Amino acid sequence: MGAIYWWMLLGMALATYIPRMIPLTFLEGKELPPIVSGVLRNIPYAVLGALIFPAILFVQEGNLVFGIIGMVVAFLIAFLGGSVMSVVLGTIGVLAIYSLFT
Amino acid sequence: MENKDFYAGLKAGLSIAIGYFPVALTFGLLAKTAGLSIIEATAMSMFVYAGASQYIALSLIAASVHPLLIVTNTFIVNIRHFLMTASLSEKMVPEKRWVKAVYSFGITDETFSVLATSKKEKITTAYAFGVALIAYGSWVIFTTVGHIIGANLPLFLQAAMSIALYAMFVGLLVPSMKGNRKVVMLAGLAATIQSFFYFTGLLSTGWAILVSTLVASIAIEMVYVNHEKRTKSTYVREEGV
Repeated sequence: MGAIYWWMLLGMALATYIPRMIPLTFLEGKELPPIVSGVLRNIPYAVLGALIFPAILFVQEGNLVFGIIGMVVAFLIAFLGGSVMSVVLGTIGVLAIYSLFT
Repeated sequence: MENKDFYAGLKAGLSIAIGYFPVALTFGLLAKTAGLSIIEATAMSMFVYAGASQYIALSLIAASVHPLLIVTNTFIVNIRHFLMTASLSEKMVPEKRWVKAVYSFGITDETFSVLATSKKEKITTAYAFGVALIAYGSWVIFTTVGHIIGANLPLFLQAAMSIALYAMFVGLLVPSMKGNRKVVMLAGLAATIQSFFYFTGLLSTGWAILVSTLVASIAIEMVYVNHEKRTKSTYVREEGV
C-alpha cells in the first residue's frame, strides 16, 4: 500500500472529524428554540436505545442465546443498581462461563 | 479542581477502554490479514478513530474499492455524530473554540454516551479530556497489540468480551430509565424503529441510527410539549395571553 493509502486515511480522518467538531465548536452560545433544545436533550437516551437493540442480540453470529443471555444479565445487574463497570465485567464474566461450557 | 475532574473523567472512561480492548484487538488482527502494515493499521486508529468505519474500510480495501468511495462511506457512517455533538454542546461548559475543537476529536458513540448520561448538570473540559483520553489510548494501543499478537486471546474470552460495549450502553441507560417514563419511551421507541430498519434492511446501520434517534427524539418531545400545553392552558388563559 502506497501514497494512496495515506490520502485515503486523510480523507477518512476528515470525514470522521468534521461531523464531530462542527456542532460542538460552533453551537456554543447560540440560543436555540426551546423545542430544538428539548429534542437535543432527548437524543442521548434515544441513541442508546438504537445502539443497544437489536444489535446486542447478534454480537455472536448465529448464536442468539448468547445475545439474549448477555442482554438479560446486563439489564439485571444495571437494574439492581450495579455501576457501569460492574455491568460490563459481570456480563463478560457470565458469558465467559457460558462460552466455556458450550 | 481541574485535576480532580480529569481523574474523574479517566475513571468514567475506564469502562469504554475495557470495551474497546477486544474490538481494537480484532481490528489490529484483521488489518494485518487485509495486508496493512503495523504502521498503517495503527495510523488508521490514531487518525480516523471510528470503529465501524474502520472495519468497513478494511473490507472495502480487501475488495479493492476506490479510496474515494471508502472516504464517502466513512462520512455517511459518521453523519450521526452531527446529532450527538449538537446534543452534547448543550451540556458542555463554555470553553475556547480551539479547545473544544481538540476534544471533539474524541467524541465517539461511547464517549458521547458516557458524557451525555452523566449526572452532572454541566460537564467540564477537564472531565471530557479524561474520558476521551483513556478511550482513545485503549483504541490505539490495542490496535497495535492486535496487529502483533492477534488471535492469541483465548476464544471463549474473545467471545465473552464482544458484549462489553453493549453492556456498557445498558449500564449507562438503565439508571436513567428508573422512574423516568420519558427516558423509557425514548429508548423504547428508538429501539423499535432501529429494529424495523435492522430486519427490513431498508437503511444501512449509520443512517438507521440517525433516523431512529431523530424520529424518536422529535416524536416524544411533541407528545410531552402537547401534554404540557394541555395541562397549562387554563393557567395561560387566566393570564390573559
